[in-house]
Amino acid sequence: MTASLRLRAGLVSIVLLVAFLGVWHLAVRSSAPVTTMSPEYAKLMGLTATQGKSAMPGPFDVGAKLWEHVKSPFYDNGPNDKGLGIQLGYSIARVGTGYLLAVLVAIPLGFLIGMSPLLSKALDPFIQVLKPISPLAWMPLALYTIKDSSISAIFVIFICSIWPMLLNTVFGVASVRKEWINVARTLEVGTIRRAFTVILPAAAPTILTGMRISIGIAWLVIVAAEMLVGGTGIGYFVWNEWNNLSITNVIIAILLIGVVGMLLDQILARFTRMVTFPE
Amino acid sequence: MSTFDNPFDPDRNLRAGCACGQHQSAAEHEQATALRCAPVESEEKRYEGVVASAVMRAIFPQDLARRAFLKSVGASTALAALSQFFPLQTATEVFAQAGAPEKKDLKVGFIPITCATPIIMAAPLGFYAKHGLNVDVVKTAGWAVIRDKTINKEYDAAHMLAPMPLAISLGLGANAIPFAVPAIENINGQGIVLASKHKDKRDPKDWKGMKFAIPFDYSMHNYLLRYYLAEHGIDPDTDVQLRSVPPPEMVANLRADNIDGFLAPDNICQRAIYDGVGFMHLLSKEIWDGHPCCSFAASREFITTAPNSFAALTRAIVDATAYASKAENRKQIAEAIAPANYINAPVTVLEQVLTGTYADGLGGVKTDEKRVDFDPFPWQSFAVWMLTQMKRWGQIKGDVDYKAVAEQVYLATDTRKLMTEMGLAPPTSSYKSFAVMGKTFDPAKPEDYLAGFKIRKAS
Repeated sequence: MTASLRLRAGLVSIVLLVAFLGVWHLAVRSSAPVTTMSPEYAKLMGLTATQGKSAMPGPFDVGAKLWEHVKSPFYDNGPNDKGLGIQLGYSIARVGTGYLLAVLVAIPLGFLIGMSPLLSKALDPFIQVLKPISPLAWMPLALYTIKDSSISAIFVIFICSIWPMLLNTVFGVASVRKEWINVARTLEVGTIRRAFTVILPAAAPTILTGMRISIGIAWLVIVAAEMLVGGTGIGYFVWNEWNNLSITNVIIAILLIGVVGMLLDQILARFTRMVTFPE
Repeated sequence: MSTFDNPFDPDRNLRAGCACGQHQSAAEHEQATALRCAPVESEEKRYEGVVASAVMRAIFPQDLARRAFLKSVGASTALAALSQFFPLQTATEVFAQAGAPEKKDLKVGFIPITCATPIIMAAPLGFYAKHGLNVDVVKTAGWAVIRDKTINKEYDAAHMLAPMPLAISLGLGANAIPFAVPAIENINGQGIVLASKHKDKRDPKDWKGMKFAIPFDYSMHNYLLRYYLAEHGIDPDTDVQLRSVPPPEMVANLRADNIDGFLAPDNICQRAIYDGVGFMHLLSKEIWDGHPCCSFAASREFITTAPNSFAALTRAIVDATAYASKAENRKQIAEAIAPANYINAPVTVLEQVLTGTYADGLGGVKTDEKRVDFDPFPWQSFAVWMLTQMKRWGQIKGDVDYKAVAEQVYLATDTRKLMTEMGLAPPTSSYKSFAVMGKTFDPAKPEDYLAGFKIRKAS
């Protein structure tokens, strides 16, 4: 039953993909030449103007370009032109650093706040205000105060990915079943031992859900941050190709951002499954 | 034409006259060389000339005596005789080796537009290396970012719009930090592009209610567009909408019909035409022929902490600018700066901009060799003009000491000295008068000039 469901779902996915590519291909087909122009004028103009080619590339253009990138993912033509593999590497390194810092701060802090009902109530308004701030809003402030663009980018990832983790940790720690804590008390378990052997395992699924939301946010943020600070990374690549109005490369970058984001999410999902327990 | 002065020419007057000695008076010389600074064939020749004339001057304090000597023995004999007891060759080498740079690995930021040509091309064509520097040219996302990164010292120097160092030094839109401009990048090279649907609306008087994009508030583009509109009776603050839009977004916005046109740097103008979304209404050259656009800027702090690096950088930029000012080099430059590492644009587009033979977007091919030109000399009168426009449009409130600010930011004196050392012929004055849309600007009377405008922001 499950196998056939999977099979059918896979088939529907493929049909949808083919239909999408087909519609895309038809939609951007070039029409007949729009205007007649002198050959010397035409030589100076782009294909969009001379052959009425759509400004949007078709799936074949994107496929061919993607193959080119896949063939040499690690080329390095100087500070402003590196292969996609290198760019993604830079982005993942930035996200990793900012995210790990956020984990190191959010989980212990969330633990402490969660164990004290007073603190969690008192800090809640601040967290709620800081949570919805967009990365682009933090950027000028970060650049101005930190005075270093690469650290600013990491800071922005840190500050944007910390809140879901913090909130989930607080919630997870605060809603550990009272009976379990009472049992631990009855057995005279010390505070620290109680935190690690009772509360942490009980709150782990909620904490990991927060971490999973956060990695998604961190990956969303990196593209925006790199578009601003430039230099390296997949966000810079999008900006640089946009500068050249190369929609083909922008589409490839979008595809890759999606794939990497999915992989990061899957890794965290696997961790979540490891700590989940049946009640 | 050559800026190399031959001290062994008996008809030449070494002292009086002009800097290069080819003209009777300084004024005449200035006219001939005002917009160009063509280098001689080789660097060594140039330095040799500078050294040789210094030696000749020392031996013959009286110019008459030198001339008589040269007339009687001939130039080649004189050169041979002189080389006997004075090691001209060695002296030239010593002279050419300026102070060693304090810092060799430098970072220079740029915005990917053709205005940055000298800064960019100096990397692939080896001008930085020639002056003993290892420079990384780093592409940057926008003017505000390039400003912040230069202020934060991530960049040692940067490509900036010509009014930006003035604005930063005055503390407009940022904390006041003293900046300086040793060299202008390009003159001309911008344009007003309108969306193709406005083909028949060529008279600016019909432009009320339209939306225009400019790259930055503190830009020549902003001032030129406002000037142009105001001269045609359109108040840029109330009759039209001006939006600050990063150049790459301009073409996309024009295609999406979000804006009606823009005054933008090239290659963006030509790119809009190349993609068939707009046409060239007017080259900025037709508003003010020889206007500055972008500059090469560094903070005062960098100049004082690493004066030799700064001088070497300026020399490399001046060298590259001189190279770029020659029409025959333009095709090679277009190819050198087109790859993704630099401007990242089709070669055809850059070639049209740099060679001046371009499609106008209306089906015609036009030629204007001066569409963009390169001249490094930072005229202080340019700075004074920009300050009058900043005041005219309310960016500067209250009084400003035009001359003091211009002289503090635009390093005409230092650049003149440096250019003379390189054997080039810089203009002798730092101020010159010019005309913007037929209206003459006298740098000595900025307030009168400002008072002459009917349309301006009420202050």
